Amino acid sequence: MRPIMLMGHERSLTQVKYNREGDLIFTSGKDNVASVWYAMNGERLGTLEGHNGSIWSIDVDQHTEYAVTGSADFSVKVWRVRDGSIAHSWDTRTPVRRVEFSPTGDRVLAVLDNVMNYAGAIVVFSVTRDANNQITGFNSGLSCEILTQEGCAPVLVASWSYDGKYIVAGHQDGKISKYNGVTGECLEIKDLHKQRVSDIQFSLDRTYFLTTSRDSYANLVDVETFEVLKTYETDCPLNSGCITPLKEFVILGGGQDARDVTTTSAREGKFEAKFYHKLFQVEIGRVDDHFGPVNYIAVSPQGTSYASGGEDGFVRLHHFDKSYFDFKFDVEKSADAQKKVDTADR
Amino acid sequence: MAAVFDDIRLEDIPVDDVDMQDLEETYAVERSIEFDRYVVVDGAPVAPEAKVGALQKVLTKLFSQAGSVVDMDVPVEEGRTKGHLFIEFEDAGAARRAIKMFNGKKLDVKHRLWVNGLDDMERYGRPDFSTEYREPVVPEFEATEYPRSWLQDETGRDQFVLQKGEMTAVFWNRNNLQPENVVEPRRNWSNSILNFSPHGTYLFSFHDQGIASWGGPQFKRLRRFAHPDVKAISMSSTEKYLVTFSSEPLEVSDEPNEACPFGPESRGHQLCIWDVATGVCVKTFALPPQQQLQWPMVKWSFDDKFCARLGPGAIAVYETEKNFQLLGGKVMKIEDVQDFSFAPKGIKLASNRPNDPPSTVMVYWTPESNNQSCKAVLIELPNRRVLRTINLVQVTDVSFHWQNQAEFLCVQVDRHTKSRKTIFTNMEICSLTAREFPFEKVEIKDRCMRFAWEPNSDRFVIISRSENVNDNPAIAKNVVSFYAPEKKVDKKGVIIDKELSIFKKWKLVRAIDGKFSNEITWSPAGRFVCVAAIGKIGSRNENIDFYDMDYPNTEKIINTATDVNATLRDVAHINYASATDYEWDPSGRYLAFWSSAWKHKAENGYKVFNLAGAIVREELITDFNNFFWRPRPDSLLSNSEKKKVRKNLKEWSAHFEEQDAMEADSATRELILKRRNWLDEWSKYREACKQTLSESGLSICDCVELSTKDEDCELVEEIRETVVEESTEEVPFFEE
Repeated sequence: MRPIMLMGHERSLTQVKYNREGDLIFTSGKDNVASVWYAMNGERLGTLEGHNGSIWSIDVDQHTEYAVTGSADFSVKVWRVRDGSIAHSWDTRTPVRRVEFSPTGDRVLAVLDNVMNYAGAIVVFSVTRDANNQITGFNSGLSCEILTQEGCAPVLVASWSYDGKYIVAGHQDGKISKYNGVTGECLEIKDLHKQRVSDIQFSLDRTYFLTTSRDSYANLVDVETFEVLKTYETDCPLNSGCITPLKEFVILGGGQDARDVTTTSAREGKFEAKFYHKLFQVEIGRVDDHFGPVNYIAVSPQGTSYASGGEDGFVRLHHFDKSYFDFKFDVEKSADAQKKVDTADR
Repeated sequence: MAAVFDDIRLEDIPVDDVDMQDLEETYAVERSIEFDRYVVVDGAPVAPEAKVGALQKVLTKLFSQAGSVVDMDVPVEEGRTKGHLFIEFEDAGAARRAIKMFNGKKLDVKHRLWVNGLDDMERYGRPDFSTEYREPVVPEFEATEYPRSWLQDETGRDQFVLQKGEMTAVFWNRNNLQPENVVEPRRNWSNSILNFSPHGTYLFSFHDQGIASWGGPQFKRLRRFAHPDVKAISMSSTEKYLVTFSSEPLEVSDEPNEACPFGPESRGHQLCIWDVATGVCVKTFALPPQQQLQWPMVKWSFDDKFCARLGPGAIAVYETEKNFQLLGGKVMKIEDVQDFSFAPKGIKLASNRPNDPPSTVMVYWTPESNNQSCKAVLIELPNRRVLRTINLVQVTDVSFHWQNQAEFLCVQVDRHTKSRKTIFTNMEICSLTAREFPFEKVEIKDRCMRFAWEPNSDRFVIISRSENVNDNPAIAKNVVSFYAPEKKVDKKGVIIDKELSIFKKWKLVRAIDGKFSNEITWSPAGRFVCVAAIGKIGSRNENIDFYDMDYPNTEKIINTATDVNATLRDVAHINYASATDYEWDPSGRYLAFWSSAWKHKAENGYKVFNLAGAIVREELITDFNNFFWRPRPDSLLSNSEKKKVRKNLKEWSAHFEEQDAMEADSATRELILKRRNWLDEWSKYREACKQTLSESGLSICDCVELSTKDEDCELVEEIRETVVEESTEEVPFFEE
């Protein structure tokens, strides 16, 4: 695999997202400017300019009509992807750590930092859309505010489950929690990791999700039962992980803390993207190319490429080789063969 | 002077108190008349007294066949005989024979003789003799284990037997891994070799008392065939009958004996046919007089309906289902017949109607005589219709080679030149399914030593040797020749000459000379053939050659002819000079060579090769005697099913590779099982997800497929112009 380097950010990357069709990549960094790229060749389509602070998070709705960003400048901005103009801006009490459109695109969650005497919270804004998926109204008030629960450390990451039914959040102390997506009622809290949860990414159908943590573990959790399905043990602190469509893999990325990087060589930094088999929980490969920790990993919904944003300020875009698609364990091969023979018999 | 006792009357002398014991003892009459020498004959004609002499004469003559008649008493009453009479024989044996031979015999239309021993008459007359019918005791049914259990092995492995010294063991073949015991190795299982039946159901062992059959998952003893001192055995085509041959003529005592399987008529016979399943001797034969012994002495038709033996100037064909009676009641007289052979399969003759059952076909040959040429004759049984006769001249010897499906018959004719100094071979190849049975001749300069058809196919390999060259044994002069039917195709691979597919013409694909090779063995699955030089211990060169007749890369083939249906390639050359025997496994994937201590003592052991001649497994074992695979019955799959398997081979092979990995190592095995479990769990989990999602009107999604519809696509044309080179050149101005 020969990566395409997406050079456009001046500071480290915070989040990388594909749109549903997988042809655009949305990236946000600490340099106040978000970028949109063509996934095919890595050309930059344009930038989203308007924030006055680091952009911690970016997301795009499923129609690729609007993008949303959350910034350290106390605002959540909604952008028109068509021309890069600002559609709306919500002000927040504290810096915004994570934003995400609900699966239908009618709500936006934002994770607010716990600074300035604020406990931190997940807040939900709602929008109204017309038949062409154009947003016709932005509700200025919060449709819901989930303050950090008693006995829990502040929330760092959050994501919507299928149908916007639940919001799942990862906490500073390694806990994960589940809330009703409409009322914000806390449904379940679970001790999962030993250190902070660095990322939560759902599967495509949003029925199960992958958590990564600085304690070097990643877990696959079912959203309905909140039970751990699989656990992946790695050799370095993790910043992000995604579930690959098409193949039964997960890609995990991370590395040493940014502040320790200068004291060690890259070789020891473990700045690789690690491929694990989703079901068998064994490592099957690594891609080693970032100079610093991998901050965020995203895979295209078609499962044909993945992009990683690094502390080093680069986004690397990898299109998978044939060998990636061909790779199968003997067990899978024989199961597939069996299936094929069975269907042929029928 | 004599004393006169007038007053003494004899009546008055008391005799009761006279002790005459001593006299009685001395003059006692021997009461024990040997009644077993007497027989009572009933049902004889009632004749006037005058004819008694004639009747006695007739009956004496008749009964003398059983033994010499000492006396015959024909009681007469009122001037007529009573219809019964008494015969005294010389000894008890003759009487018994007489009972056996003549009881129930029809003397003429009106009279049937009933012959009984005198002893029996007494027994029948006794009051305690019961005339009630008593149910014969039927032995309790004993269930045997399934004799073909080995075919149900989940991984479809094959079995093989190793014999070493006194020990015999049966193993599962596990490729290159240590073979797994099927049963505990046994000591002295057989006096000499062991033999599998042609389809592998039974294993036969040789003992002083006879043959024993073994089978089932544990190789338990099934039956005993009590034929003392058996030297050779052979099996019928469908494993129904066993033929045993002993060098000792059978000794059958006259006493009827429950334990003895033979009747008195078998005395002196050397050949027995047994029903394998029941262990009952169904027929015995004496050896035909003045004949060179040829094994097998009894040949079987493909369906075991007929068996036949070669006799002087005749072939005796027996119908097995009619109690081994001669077909048509008499032998087939064929003057000077030399050899015959049954087709190994039933043949759908072109003249048959489509629904006719396949025909039983036999071929035999007779040599040249004063006024007749040598003939090879194809006949159909049981109607003895001659299908085809070919006339041959200047013939030394003829042998028959059937293709295993009986589609083709090669009549190998070894002919001599007029001077009778050199011998050369003609192959007369008959296509049995074609109309009129066309024969195609293939001529060879030299004498053919070995001939082998490719199984289920129309190609063959021969080894021939020229006879009139240097007879130094160190010079290799055998020629290995590969033949295949001619095929005319154009460049696109379309067959031009369609007639060739009906009337085949065989063409030499390649001849390889300068070989010591003396054995040909085709893989049972066809395509691969191994040609070996066996018993050439001195040879330092490779003595075993593997060939592929359908090598896919046509650039590397060694054909000399191109318009044939074969692409030949030598795939491997192996040196295993001490090999004495060889056998393909029934699947045709492995070829075992072994060096038996029965033949020589050098390097005893075995080696198993795969198709490509790569060694899979080898062992050196001192005192190693024998290696043989367990045969398999024909596949039950139809052709279309086989085709389907072949189509899905890629899918299956993934499955098999996984199994191989599991076999190799128990840790891997556990892991694979665990992973399989995980995979199952996951698909179940996803199934459950589907349920929950459907409650919210959503569906499961593992990958976002992009629409390929035209209206969803936008064509983006990008034109790039690249300046390859830019140069400036000053062009001088020409005025002239």
